Amino acid sequence: MYKQSVQLIVDKCIGCTNCIKRCPTEAIRVQNGKALIISDRCLDCGECIRVCQSNAKIAVSDPMAIIDDFDYKIAIPAPSLYGIADSSVSTDRILTGLKHLGFDDVFEVATAAEIITKRTNEFLLNNEGNGPFISSSCPAVVRLVQVSFPSLIGQIIPFISPMELAARLAKERAGNDKGKVGVFFISPCAAKFSEIRNPHRQEKSRVDGVIGIKDIQVKLQRLIRSDMETEKLASASGVGIGWGRIDGEARALASDGVISVDGISNTISLLEELENGKINQFRFIELMACPGGCVGGPMTLVNPYVAKSRIMDRWDTAGAVVCEDCGPLQDISWTEELQASSFMKLDDDYEKAMLMMQRLDLIEKTLPGIDCGSCGAPTCHSFAEDIVRGRAVVTSCIFVLRKKIRQLTEEMIKLEDVLPYRLDKDE
Amino acid sequence: MEFHFDVCGEDYSLAGSASSMIKKKLNQLGLPPLIVRKTAIVMYEAEINMVIHAGGGVVDVHINPDDIRIILKDEGPGIPDIDRAMEAGYSTASDKARELGFGAGMGLPNIRKNSDDLRIESKVGEGTTVTIMVKLK
Repeated sequence: MYKQSVQLIVDKCIGCTNCIKRCPTEAIRVQNGKALIISDRCLDCGECIRVCQSNAKIAVSDPMAIIDDFDYKIAIPAPSLYGIADSSVSTDRILTGLKHLGFDDVFEVATAAEIITKRTNEFLLNNEGNGPFISSSCPAVVRLVQVSFPSLIGQIIPFISPMELAARLAKERAGNDKGKVGVFFISPCAAKFSEIRNPHRQEKSRVDGVIGIKDIQVKLQRLIRSDMETEKLASASGVGIGWGRIDGEARALASDGVISVDGISNTISLLEELENGKINQFRFIELMACPGGCVGGPMTLVNPYVAKSRIMDRWDTAGAVVCEDCGPLQDISWTEELQASSFMKLDDDYEKAMLMMQRLDLIEKTLPGIDCGSCGAPTCHSFAEDIVRGRAVVTSCIFVLRKKIRQLTEEMIKLEDVLPYRLDKDE
Repeated sequence: MEFHFDVCGEDYSLAGSASSMIKKKLNQLGLPPLIVRKTAIVMYEAEINMVIHAGGGVVDVHINPDDIRIILKDEGPGIPDIDRAMEAGYSTASDKARELGFGAGMGLPNIRKNSDDLRIESKVGEGTTVTIMVKLK
């Protein structure tokens, strides 16, 4: 079972309908006045975090103190971290500041991204004509395909994420003489906490902790402005840095036939058309659940489009060369096949599922169809589905309830009418 | 189980909504992804054909224990030469449809490729009925 990173702060939740209405997989229900996430359906896209007006949704990450459990501490920052400052502040300086927060070494995920760009080009060449292929770098998109578009699973490029590769390379660089080595992802993303628990490979993730950019940014910016001496730490070119924003990964391939889409609802529309066989002219499809790409992740503080423009400036200044000397060729393939999530299935038995669907249809016809959300489900259809799955009762619908009360009242009045006149003492 | 859809002829932006709905139903029934994909493609192509050539019509989808049958009926201009229409690359789509990226002449060939049976009955001036079958096993 999937364990999502997005969690509810129960005390803050007022049981409104904002998150249930905006969740792209209808994974949230309000029950007993609190928003409950159905884990099997959750993508960790972070949409509910963005829309919650009570700030009751958070993406779980590790506190900075987690690094104290290790002897040798390595930070691996996402490329989107470079969006916290404009390009007059060098990536060397940002990385030096990061190191000063308490790390012994830093290793850029952007460098690992360049290796993945290289390997993706090989993959596309070897599989020419079988595409289009979907990037696996956004974990929420991979989950979305598993959950809502199972027929497209075979079109996802089965590569580990740049984060995972960076962790591996960083640990190799640290060697064996440093005691207990810990690698910490500096993350814009809500889904990474889950990804390191389910890395699509049989071996365990090499990442030991996920620290949100928002939790370190203020301190980091103070260090950047201080008189700290800048170390030479950066190695990534514009190609790797560009991954921090939408279109970066696709452009890095320097190939024809690429398309990039950001935002979860745009992503869903594109996958819908891809499944209809309508979008076959592309070789490579970059899909990012967050607006603007990773810079728009829920664990960032800078406006996504400001950060995106900063990343683009850096792309221009850092040059667009895919790393020539990326170290020894690594096996970056998944070792586990991606499984379709079966949450949509009404029942394992086809005939039973059919009966349930017929019942669902009948129930839906008795509902008002205005998708008000008062029952706690996002739509009348999903409410009807909850009923046939045994998770809800029809009188949770206030319209059905009102009708029932009216019927009951009318019956009572009728009953009252037939009382013998003489028995009524007041008259 | 049966589902009925009215397909509006003028609105290109709505084309494909019936096939999306059926795709969701098939996923809910737990049908294998390949069957879902094939059905989605044939239904989408057939729906689009109806919009661009016949000005809309009605679609009835029957989900049976062993197969899915999709019946599309329209009262459009009809197809004068069905064999010709089945040829890859042949299309009589309007300029407007082509401007919108339709009319590549791959609709019917795609439907044939992704279905287990395809029947077309058409009378010029009266309309067309397309019956498509996808086997479940």
